[in-house]
Amino acid sequence: MKKIEAIIKPFKLEEVKDALSEIGIQGMTVTEVKGFGRQKGHTEIYRGSEYTVDFLPKVKIEVVLGDDLAEKAIDAIVKAAKTGKIGDGKVFVFPMEQAVRIRTDETGEKAV
Amino acid sequence: MKKIEAIIKPFKLEEVKEALSEIGIVGMTVTEVKGFGRQKGHTEIYRGSEYTVDFLPKVKLELVLTDDLVEKAIDAIVKAAKTGKIGDGKVFVLPVDQAIRIRTEEMGEKAI
Amino acid sequence: MKKLILMLCCFAAALAAPHAFAQEAAAAAPSLADQVSALESSSMTAKVAMDTVWVLLTAGLVFFMNTGFGLVESGLCRSKNCVNILSKNFIVFAISSISFYVLGWGLMFGEGTPYFGLKGLWCLLGGDNSPATGDAYKGVYTSINWTGVPLEAKFFFQLVFAGTAATIVSGAVAERIKYISFILFSAVLVAVMYPITGHWLWGGGFLAQKGVWDFAGSTVVHSVGGWAALAGVIALGPRLGKFGKDGQVHPIPGHSMTSAFIGCFVLWLGWFGFNPGSTMGVGDGKLIAHIFVTTNTAAAAGCIGAMATAWLMLKKPDLSMTLNGCLAGLVAITCPCAWVSTPASIVIGLIAGVLVVFAVIMFDKLRLDDPVGALSVHLVNGVWGTLSLGLFAHPNWTDGKTGPGFGLFNGGGITQLVNQATGVFWVGLFTLFGGLIVWYVIKAVMGLRVAEEEETEGLDLGEHGQEAYPDFQPATHG
Repeated sequence: MKKIEAIIKPFKLEEVKDALSEIGIQGMTVTEVKGFGRQKGHTEIYRGSEYTVDFLPKVKIEVVLGDDLAEKAIDAIVKAAKTGKIGDGKVFVFPMEQAVRIRTDETGEKAV
Repeated sequence: MKKIEAIIKPFKLEEVKEALSEIGIVGMTVTEVKGFGRQKGHTEIYRGSEYTVDFLPKVKLELVLTDDLVEKAIDAIVKAAKTGKIGDGKVFVLPVDQAIRIRTEEMGEKAI
Repeated sequence: MKKLILMLCCFAAALAAPHAFAQEAAAAAPSLADQVSALESSSMTAKVAMDTVWVLLTAGLVFFMNTGFGLVESGLCRSKNCVNILSKNFIVFAISSISFYVLGWGLMFGEGTPYFGLKGLWCLLGGDNSPATGDAYKGVYTSINWTGVPLEAKFFFQLVFAGTAATIVSGAVAERIKYISFILFSAVLVAVMYPITGHWLWGGGFLAQKGVWDFAGSTVVHSVGGWAALAGVIALGPRLGKFGKDGQVHPIPGHSMTSAFIGCFVLWLGWFGFNPGSTMGVGDGKLIAHIFVTTNTAAAAGCIGAMATAWLMLKKPDLSMTLNGCLAGLVAITCPCAWVSTPASIVIGLIAGVLVVFAVIMFDKLRLDDPVGALSVHLVNGVWGTLSLGLFAHPNWTDGKTGPGFGLFNGGGITQLVNQATGVFWVGLFTLFGGLIVWYVIKAVMGLRVAEEEETEGLDLGEHGQEAYPDFQPATHG
């Protein structure tokens, strides 16, 4: 099992969700986060003083899935989230040791 | 590649960010979370009734790094986030299998 | 004039009750003199009733301004201090109500010295036969005998003004002051300091005798609140993190521009009580209508002035500055609203709007941390509004003798301007230094500032053990 974490532009969430459900992925967790990478923040003005906002709003998607689906899922996310402009985000893949569905006590790939 | 997750006091975020950028780390994701550890919550009063708020506001910092930067990053975070009082937070290190930059589709260490 | 009113009243009475009138005339036929005096007294009663309704209604509008202040101030501060700011703005009117009733009113309007009242000092207990006016008035609150309403109407109207001065302080000292220290200062301000300077101008004191005029309180209310706030800001020091080590300014954005917006509109509405209500009588309606227009026009010009200044100077039309500009225009027009023409009110408001933006930047440069712009709005523009009367007082709206003299731009020379500056000077001197003394005494006795840790965590938890937005809400500024 793997866990995929993707940090994407917030307005791309719907497209990424649709792309994932097309390849049969039914569950995910979404968090509103802030972050930056190569895309630097912007300058804001409040009551006459300028300040830099480094952290831009992003959406983090977390999906846990079987090894066989991981490649397809990464592809789907990358395709759907890409605009070609800086700030498109990143996808990370982590090893996942165990998963348990709380309702049924199912474990492992059956639980995801 | 490793992922560092740090749970810190919210008002320490700026200092931690600056400490990380000093050692050349230019990307991170932050999330407003709530949690508790040894620092128990505090007591609030609402219309005469006391209740305990266990979950205190914290900031979760996530960064994915090449292995050689991990020690330095942990040092920087710990130094900057420390107040010496209970509730300073924790740093966790996790393995990462893969990373992809969505815009360019670069993979692995080039992507981070 | 009086005859005309009498005739009109006769006519109205005849129309309203033809049968009663006819029967009475047929039955007893009271003397004409009796009839005239009966009509005179009922028309007097009607006038008193109408003026009283006017005074209490506009007092209600001014009372509602507390809502506006609460929303503006809490909106422009961080969510972790929201309960604290709302608490301060709520309790301050309660404190003002008691303080002004017990001592403030007597000090301000009682007869006595040119510097403070002495007679009828406590709890409105001095002799009084309001609503009698002028020479017919027999009592100790002579300086306010020009309005023909009952004593309690006069008191309530003046109370909501005193409350306004106190609530101005709240915003400037926000996000770091101890709740109890603020309460104590407010009590002293409304019981003693505000009434003393108020006596100088509105209680027949030495500034009134010098010919300083302030129609609705640019100086008496707003700059007094502003000077007291400035003293507080000096005594407290800036919020943690507001200024960097080498002097750079770190903005601390407020948590709800929606609150600030609603609050500003509430204040704008409240000002239609503040200024027109200060006539304390409807007269023939002409003056209150004029004051509605000058008040609104100055507010509008203030918005535009501040928006344009921010846009040109800071590149973007900062909403918080536009809101401050509106309030700046309102504060500035408060003193001259009855005595200047509408075109003049545009100029006064525009200048106020420009001033407020520069003032916000100036106070930041001076490292005086005022989270909501209370100093820039109420102090700077209270001063500007008071001076503006000396420039713009207009013959159409003042006879130059029983009110202010004509302004510099209307052929009056600099006399009125100098008078106004004298008023600004003495009131500023007294309130700033008096305020500093009170703040530092409180500081020595019980401290002014919350602990550093509490300031970081937020005053909502530290002072009140409550959060404004509980449940699983994301924290914003630690």
